[in-house]
Amino acid sequence: MDSTITIPLSASEAQIEAEARARQKSYWLRVYFWRSAILVALLGSWELAARQGWIDPFHYSMPSAIWARLIEWTTEGTSEGPLWYHLWVTMEESILGFLTGSVIGVIAGIALGRNQMASDVFALYIKLINSIPRVVLAPIFTVILGLGLASKVALSFIMVFFVVFSNAFQGVREADKAMIANARILGASNWQLTRFVIIPSAMSWIFASLHVSFGFAIIGAIVGEFVGARYGIGLLISVAKGSFDSAGMFAAILIVMAVALLAEYLMTYVEGRFASWKPQTSADAA
Amino acid sequence: MTSSSPAIELRGVTRRFLSPDGKSLTALRDFTMTVERGEFVAVVGPTGCGKSTTLNLVTGLFKPSGGEVRVMGQPVSGIDRRIGFAFQTDALFPWRNVLDNVVAGPLFRGRPRKEAYAEAEAWLARVGLKGFEKLHPHQLSGGMRKRVALAQTFINKPEILLMDEPFSALDVQTRAKMHEELLDLWGTNRASVVFVTHDLEEAIALADKVYVLTKGPATVKSVYKIDLPRPRKVADIRYDKDFIAISRRIWEDLKSEVQGAQAKAA
Repeated sequence: MDSTITIPLSASEAQIEAEARARQKSYWLRVYFWRSAILVALLGSWELAARQGWIDPFHYSMPSAIWARLIEWTTEGTSEGPLWYHLWVTMEESILGFLTGSVIGVIAGIALGRNQMASDVFALYIKLINSIPRVVLAPIFTVILGLGLASKVALSFIMVFFVVFSNAFQGVREADKAMIANARILGASNWQLTRFVIIPSAMSWIFASLHVSFGFAIIGAIVGEFVGARYGIGLLISVAKGSFDSAGMFAAILIVMAVALLAEYLMTYVEGRFASWKPQTSADAA
Repeated sequence: MTSSSPAIELRGVTRRFLSPDGKSLTALRDFTMTVERGEFVAVVGPTGCGKSTTLNLVTGLFKPSGGEVRVMGQPVSGIDRRIGFAFQTDALFPWRNVLDNVVAGPLFRGRPRKEAYAEAEAWLARVGLKGFEKLHPHQLSGGMRKRVALAQTFINKPEILLMDEPFSALDVQTRAKMHEELLDLWGTNRASVVFVTHDLEEAIALADKVYVLTKGPATVKSVYKIDLPRPRKVADIRYDKDFIAISRRIWEDLKSEVQGAQAKAA
């Protein structure tokens, strides 16, 4: 098939734009085709391998069994009660951890970024705490804060805080020196300088960290639930593991994936609204 | 007493920097310069000799290591509200639109919003950017961004205007146009100006007085009075025979410093 498109030299702007749109559309159709083809091939070979007995479905489960478990959970509920309630508990923990972690992370990052002395004093402690693998804090939080909401939120918080904090700090440090001098000479007070120059210029750094940190918040909540909980997706995985229900484990993973993806899209949307001032690259027209 | 004092005085100023490894570097030594009220002074010198340092001493962003800096007869303490600064690099706020950039100064200084915005629109019209209010800096050409920067500076009605190679990144035609606009704005506001540049022709075309600096650590090598009549037509003045004569004389002076600086850099 010949894919070159010849446009006569006399082509009008409208024609050129229509051609570009058509090319764009066919490109994305191909991208979507390959994306779905890969998914179908993967799931298909998994299902086939399990049904033919090449892999043991007891350990590896198979797509149809996972799907059946998801349907069962959504319509009849899990052995531990309704699925929606577990999902809600995990979400509540993640969202609380995410919000508190990112807000306090941003504030601490900007405050230390603006104050050389304070940042030098606290740098040591931040490094010390940051060097602890977060997951090992889960049992401690469970002991101190109990089996309920608080221990999971604390773990979520600590996962989110350091990522957001270090990005906000770096963003403040990278703020353009000429721009700061300009604002100062134009008459900005310290607070005005922070609000009008420092925070907006740190924003792209902060958003970069918010993208990954909702995922971290979910990890914190689920690991917390593994260690000890009465509700939550982490508990479902833990129960499924205890009863050798591999379809149940995969089903729980799928639910977490869906939630994390949704959060990621939401974040991209919000960031797009905030960053409307940024230059957009124009595409090559011909 | 202060009403008759010069706008800017630097007396025997020395400025040292500490490099990151703790070494002391001297940028200016025994530097003396006077700018009278309403006078347009240009400072030329080899690249990297410390020209910009003189401006930052006047703003109060840097403090002198020795000597004295006075603005309107008073020693400099902190950032003076009467000062406006034009930067070499783009110092506009990229996340604010053109109008919000121009209005920044009056808002920072506590003017009522409505008044400040009305004034900002008037200034944008003056620099020929009516209708571009809602665009962001990245959507403008280099010349237009400079005009926004000038409006942003002039809206504060500075009595002292410090300019750090403001037009060096522009193409030749745009630069000539900006020279005209600057002289036009200056003609109505009559600020005292210090204009730092490495372009000798630009310095002579704009200024009343040209300071030639030595290679770093910089000090004043010589001062020239430029007696070309005003108002000047910057685009044509460079072909004027008085201009050429002055230009040749100052270049003789500057040449040895530039060559010395290049030898050092190589």
